[in-house]
Amino acid sequence: MNIESVKKELEKDLLNVNSMNELNDLKVKYLGKKGLITELNSNIKNIKNEEKKEYGQKVNDLRNTFNSFYEEKKEKLEKEILDKKLSSEAIDISLPATKIISGAPNILEELIEQVEEVFMSMGYDVVDGPEIELDKYNFEMLNIPKGHPARDAQDTFYIEGEEILLRSQTSPVQVRTMLEGKGEKPIRVICPGKTYRRDDDDATHSHQFMQIEGLLVDKDISLSDLKGTIDILAKKLFGPETETRFHPSYYQFTEPSVEGDISCFNCHGKGCNICKNTGWITVVGAGVVHPNVLRMSGYDPNKWSGFAFGFGAERLAMLKYDINDCRVFYNTDLRESKTFDRKEQD
Amino acid sequence: MISLEWVKEYIDISDQDLKELAVKITQSGINVEKVITNHIDNVVIGEVVECNDHPDSDHLHVCDVNIGDKVVQIVCGAPNVRKGLKVIVALPGAVLPGDFEIKKSKIRGVESNGMICALYELGLEEKTDEAYNRGIEELDKNAKVGEDAFSYLGYDDTQYELDIHKHRNNDCYYHIGFAYEIGAILNREVKLPEDNFSEIDDSIDKHFSLKVDTDKCPYYLAKMVTGVKVGESPDFIKKRLISAGMRPINNVVDISNYVMLEYGQPLHFFDKKKLGNKIVVRDAKDNEEVVTLDGKNRVLKTSDIVITDGNRSVCIAGVMGGENTEVDENTTEILIEAAIFDPVSIRYTAANLDLRSEASIRYGKGLSYEYTDKAMRRACYLLEKYAGAKILSGIVSHDKVDKSDKVVEFYPEDVNKILGIEISETDMKVELGRLDFPYKLDKGKFIVTIPKRRLDIDPNVNDIAEEIGRLYGYGNLVSTLPVVPIKRGEYIGDVKYRKEISKRLRRLGLNETKTYTLVSPEMSKLFDYEGKEKCILPNPMSIDKSVVRTSIIPSLLNVYDYNKKRKVKDIMLYEIAKTYDKKYNEESKIAGLMSGLYLTNGWNEFKKVDFYIVKGIVENLLDYMGFKNRYTFEVGTCNDLHPGISANILLDRKVIGVIGRVHPSVLKDEVYVFELSLQALMSKIKPLKYKEAPRYPAIEKDCAFILDKDVTAGNVLDTIKKAGGRLLDSINVFDVYTGENVGEGKKSIAYTLTFMDSTRTLTDVEVMEVFNNIIDKVCKEYNAVLRDK
Repeated sequence: MNIESVKKELEKDLLNVNSMNELNDLKVKYLGKKGLITELNSNIKNIKNEEKKEYGQKVNDLRNTFNSFYEEKKEKLEKEILDKKLSSEAIDISLPATKIISGAPNILEELIEQVEEVFMSMGYDVVDGPEIELDKYNFEMLNIPKGHPARDAQDTFYIEGEEILLRSQTSPVQVRTMLEGKGEKPIRVICPGKTYRRDDDDATHSHQFMQIEGLLVDKDISLSDLKGTIDILAKKLFGPETETRFHPSYYQFTEPSVEGDISCFNCHGKGCNICKNTGWITVVGAGVVHPNVLRMSGYDPNKWSGFAFGFGAERLAMLKYDINDCRVFYNTDLRESKTFDRKEQD
Repeated sequence: MISLEWVKEYIDISDQDLKELAVKITQSGINVEKVITNHIDNVVIGEVVECNDHPDSDHLHVCDVNIGDKVVQIVCGAPNVRKGLKVIVALPGAVLPGDFEIKKSKIRGVESNGMICALYELGLEEKTDEAYNRGIEELDKNAKVGEDAFSYLGYDDTQYELDIHKHRNNDCYYHIGFAYEIGAILNREVKLPEDNFSEIDDSIDKHFSLKVDTDKCPYYLAKMVTGVKVGESPDFIKKRLISAGMRPINNVVDISNYVMLEYGQPLHFFDKKKLGNKIVVRDAKDNEEVVTLDGKNRVLKTSDIVITDGNRSVCIAGVMGGENTEVDENTTEILIEAAIFDPVSIRYTAANLDLRSEASIRYGKGLSYEYTDKAMRRACYLLEKYAGAKILSGIVSHDKVDKSDKVVEFYPEDVNKILGIEISETDMKVELGRLDFPYKLDKGKFIVTIPKRRLDIDPNVNDIAEEIGRLYGYGNLVSTLPVVPIKRGEYIGDVKYRKEISKRLRRLGLNETKTYTLVSPEMSKLFDYEGKEKCILPNPMSIDKSVVRTSIIPSLLNVYDYNKKRKVKDIMLYEIAKTYDKKYNEESKIAGLMSGLYLTNGWNEFKKVDFYIVKGIVENLLDYMGFKNRYTFEVGTCNDLHPGISANILLDRKVIGVIGRVHPSVLKDEVYVFELSLQALMSKIKPLKYKEAPRYPAIEKDCAFILDKDVTAGNVLDTIKKAGGRLLDSINVFDVYTGENVGEGKKSIAYTLTFMDSTRTLTDVEVMEVFNNIIDKVCKEYNAVLRDK
């Protein structure tokens, strides 16, 4: 066959390639040992010398045409094959995901940690103390001697006589911290922890509950400093527009004593159920540390002053997360816990 | 309960809106919990213009009642209803006590448009048999038809229910004290009630003597009256007692209560004839008995105070009088006791006898002697005026009261430093004036005398700062921050460990729980693997919360149960909490519970929780805490775990906890638990250090041993480690097999051993030498056979 007829046949064949097999057959047909182009090539010896160059050029062109077609076609066919394979591998991406396991925090602990963060950023250490306490630390050194009526409000679980008890408040941790400070070190601590009182468990009472108490002892500390401090926490927990106000209250271990209200985050003062139509919600009991308390723990009230405050963790969590039964925190219904396995909004 | 009508007697508040006043009072420190008004809308005066028997009843009447603007038909069952009577009518819309709303209705087929009322039905009288038998209230003929019944009766009153923090009760829980509080807020004067009486020409000294034989009675006054006529109290006394929540009895008893509610000072009236001529106040004897006014026999302790006539006990001091000297309708001579007893002692006595009377509550809070004096005078005044009493001259008394003044000296800046604001000297003068605290000003220094009625105020600047501050208004406080050095706070001690462990366990998929420290005796016996003696509460609230737990696992089983009942299937829990033994030794523990699918998408692949997952959790935690290669597991010994699927966890060869499947006799479900001592994890660890990844290739060799079934993988591991020396980098189990291929009583464990040297490439020859040594040692030690070789 001459070049022209091979060329014509090739042009015809190229139109009919549809699979890798056909493409490979074609390769054998043209470039195989006895392939048409191979033969044209070996025929060069029979070509006149002066025509050899031109002949050779043409055969070469033909080979190049074939090769470039071959490569192109091969790529195309391979892609088709891959596409087909991949499309057969398609899955239903709408099926449920495998649950990547991760645990949720207890709601109270989550809330407490938010409070801890705020106070740690202001230099407060977080400490805890024993839950089985001495009456001395739980009451006496807090200016509540035996037989004092203030003890009635905290119906206490006594364990041994009137000396050992389940702590009814986290304040004994403050006493312990002051004793460690030996009247010399300034103090900045918060002590979140479990406390116990003889209450029947219901939606708003629990014989075991969490307090978050704080104590700052330093030089020239005032009630206004306490207000500024509470204000920072309130804004962080309940939003930047939250305001704080104090009204008078009475505790044995602080003088003056106050209760701190925050402006209602729900109605912003218009009045709603949460704030009982007052626009304000009481969240903290606090005050300037009573001079007797400082003195009993070794701090000279003429040199040192401070403030103390106590939040109910349950109350804060109930307000913040709109929970109306404090037993929720102790039941651990996993269907509820799971919603707390995420970050808080910024 | 404070009656505002009553308070009006001592201070002018007629211009005040009582709801707004309550807010002001609350803001300055006395919490008014509730503003109650007696008034019920739609209760009017009516006149029965027609009264006929109900056609279908033997006791009901059908009445036509004129209520001013019209005549309505009302069915009434009272036997005393009759034509021409002026009555109290509750019309439809009135809501009577007990949330009972009056509606238009039919009673046995006859229309009724309201209710004709008795006083007790309006909450104005106690419902006694006597009151019930009296039937409906019969009003005076002159009562004006259509007028509001409450204002006609004079029962229109507003009461404040107070929540006063304990140490201010003594000056605010009675009407005069409360008037002073209002006086301070409104800056108005308080006017004390009249107490002038005349005395007859006879002295108590001739008829009576007193001896006080105890330290617990610092103040005791006695005065005597004769000629008393016991009868009904005047209306104003009855009404006020009712509005303060007390039941009128007779003029004499009512007067003692009336004075108590005025001055806060309880009084006791003895029938002088029954009492005799002597009183001895002393500590009670053990098991001494007194029959009290309520007819009950009370057994006393030495800590109680008792009033005696020298022989008989006639009164438990400060708590309740004795029956033997009770005032009755025939009483004509009275000995009035006005005293102060040790508050702590009274509180203990009242608690021990479970007898919290109005008197004991007040004595228990402490009293001011000034008001003891005033109350005595006031009682004499009222007895003279309303009970016909003739008052004997003289007063018998015992007086060991410290009457010295409490004086505070301070400069204005002392107060300002505490409050953090600037209150001027002038403003401070105003506030002290409002408080009615007498003061002198000496070169800028205040010298303040605290009134006796304010027992709650100690003579120090803080107390004064509080009084001035609360009246000046805490609204004037500013928000400042303490000027203290800047530092970042830290988690200290076990708190830090608790936080770290908590975070890690959550990351591993366990959910945090919080359960109760107090458990039932049954729960406390479960998972008692340490055999610790338990701390048991002597006076628990209930038996199911009576023991301080030593293990958290039983509480987690409760949480498991709670969730299972709510159809939660995959339950992964942990809790970190403090536990205590009988000697109050504290141990913080970390407990976990796992059950169900650890990893799942619900529709194909999953991984069910088994022992090895839980073991993996524990190992992951221990590795995280820095204890890699320091812990081991040995076959378990805890009785409440599956004997074949449990282990003790050891750290540095000391048992620090347990792990395993819950024993099927405790819980049938497949539930795994672990518990570790947190204290044990607080031991020292090495600092973090960078370790370069190996540069030289590792050589892996596989081998499988056929072993006796009771040889553990742990045993073999130890042997391999020892024989492998330092070239052996890691050991992995890749197959465990039991079955016919290895024979009965045997098992096969297959290992991949990895050899490596961080400084060079190992040769096959030297690896084979070590490898063969390992095989030899294992075969020899455990009588094992190398499989497939």
